[in-house]
Amino acid sequence: MLEVANLEVVYHDVILVLRGISFTVPEGEIVALLGANGAGKTTVLRAISGLLDVHNGDITKGEIKVDGEPTHKLDPAAIVKRGVVQVMEGRRIFAEFTVEENLRVGAHTAGGNIEATMAGIFDLFPILEERRRQLAGFLSGGEQQMLAMGRALMSKPKYLLLDEPSLGLAPLLVQQIRDVIVEINTRGTGILLVEQNAAMALSIASHGYIMETGKIVMDKPAVELAQDEDVREFYLGLHATGGERKSFRDVKHYKRRKRWLS
Amino acid sequence: MTQFLQATVAGLSLASIYALLALGFVLIYKSTQVLSFAHPALMVFGAYFVSYFAVTIGLDFWLSLALAMALTALLGAVIERLALRPMVGKPLFSMAILTIGLDIAIRVVVNDLIGLNLRGVGDPWGFSTVKLGDVVIETRVIAMFITAVVVTVALLLFFRYSKVGLAMRATAADQEVALAQGISVHRIFALAWIFGGALAALAGMFTSTGPAGLSPTSWIVALKALPAIVVGGLDSVHGAVVGALIIGLAEGYTSTYQATAMPWLGSNFSQVVPYLVMLIVLLAKPYGLFGTEEVERV
Repeated sequence: MLEVANLEVVYHDVILVLRGISFTVPEGEIVALLGANGAGKTTVLRAISGLLDVHNGDITKGEIKVDGEPTHKLDPAAIVKRGVVQVMEGRRIFAEFTVEENLRVGAHTAGGNIEATMAGIFDLFPILEERRRQLAGFLSGGEQQMLAMGRALMSKPKYLLLDEPSLGLAPLLVQQIRDVIVEINTRGTGILLVEQNAAMALSIASHGYIMETGKIVMDKPAVELAQDEDVREFYLGLHATGGERKSFRDVKHYKRRKRWLS
Repeated sequence: MTQFLQATVAGLSLASIYALLALGFVLIYKSTQVLSFAHPALMVFGAYFVSYFAVTIGLDFWLSLALAMALTALLGAVIERLALRPMVGKPLFSMAILTIGLDIAIRVVVNDLIGLNLRGVGDPWGFSTVKLGDVVIETRVIAMFITAVVVTVALLLFFRYSKVGLAMRATAADQEVALAQGISVHRIFALAWIFGGALAALAGMFTSTGPAGLSPTSWIVALKALPAIVVGGLDSVHGAVVGALIIGLAEGYTSTYQATAMPWLGSNFSQVVPYLVMLIVLLAKPYGLFGTEEVERV
């Protein structure tokens, strides 16, 4: 179980970004974290994976536990060794490295048989095996996303943190990435999925959290979230009643609620 | 013909020195993206301690070399820990400038230790020479050349196949992503400076062999490794070697032929040649001959 309890994060000593966030990712489940731009979703992931330092951020309150052990004071390398690894937004693959080298960097903390792990990754993403010796920078966007996920999986994580895996991908590729996430999950990895594409995230998650300005404002099983009136209106772009897609002409901004009734 | 071969040998001898120095620069640049201007200081620091252990104290030469390399590696680690680690994540430019400051500070101390007279390093090669046909080759040059080749091959294999070498390249490419993969960036930085320091000491020892000796101006040689790595591309091991060869040979030939062919250029024109070559290469290939060009999908 990956637990985040009452987490508060401050950037540059003054900018309060997370104001007491709590949630859990049970072992082997997919949990979706949704929210508008600037809500603090990426900051949550950075806090979990220990990358706040790079951005001058600090955890000022609260704690993060991985399988009962607090990890919020550890450095990123130690956190990866505990089985928590993040796939960063925008893919961030090593463009000048070959595909295989990218994967081998991902296996930095993993002992044992790297070849076997890599074979598992190639099984999941056959296209990567085809392009094994090519420079990663020349892969297509979808392939780069797969490489980024494959690289993270090389450390054999127990929990995978995905930051906007569908970003900038065509609808068909989003489908493909979605299927891969499900496949990774069925192989036993718990997933925290941060997404703007709420429809995709809620279709595969077991539980969903909605963040606004540094707080969790709603938290329900994904099926219920997808039926929620507000979520349908603001995140799925559907009418509260009918279910048909809404024309922008009918959007009445003054009707938007100022607060979530959570 | 003899003159040409002799000039080639002189050029290769310079090239070996430049290559050893350049590899130290490349090693640090390749893992930290910092161009270490502290390298000349590390080099004379290492050379001084070889001289101190071997000549002043009278230890065995090879033991002295090992001790001096260890000490210089330690100095590299200290520089990394005290001066550069607090700067992680700051602009690379500031870090490079910082190394200039360190270079000056360390050199002042080392120059004071060296004193005003030439010092030998107690090397086993001395002034002995080997005659190949009409060409006279100093034994120390042969030793230098072999060392340069061995170090180059070792580094090439290291960056290509070893886990740490790969992690170093990853760290240079994107520190945050390297961190996210569980690579301890601090440890990588420390390792780069440790290896870089040891290499600098080795190169410093070689520059101080033979007639040159170790003097307060020995460090200037290290500045000529700079054109070598710029020509080869800052982050390329084989580039550094090719760059060193080009620069070394260009300098060797110029010093042999320019005095008769183009006397109007004045004496010591060969000292300028490395920088001239660097300029020309940069105009044609801004990333150097073998540097990593930014990969971009179009």
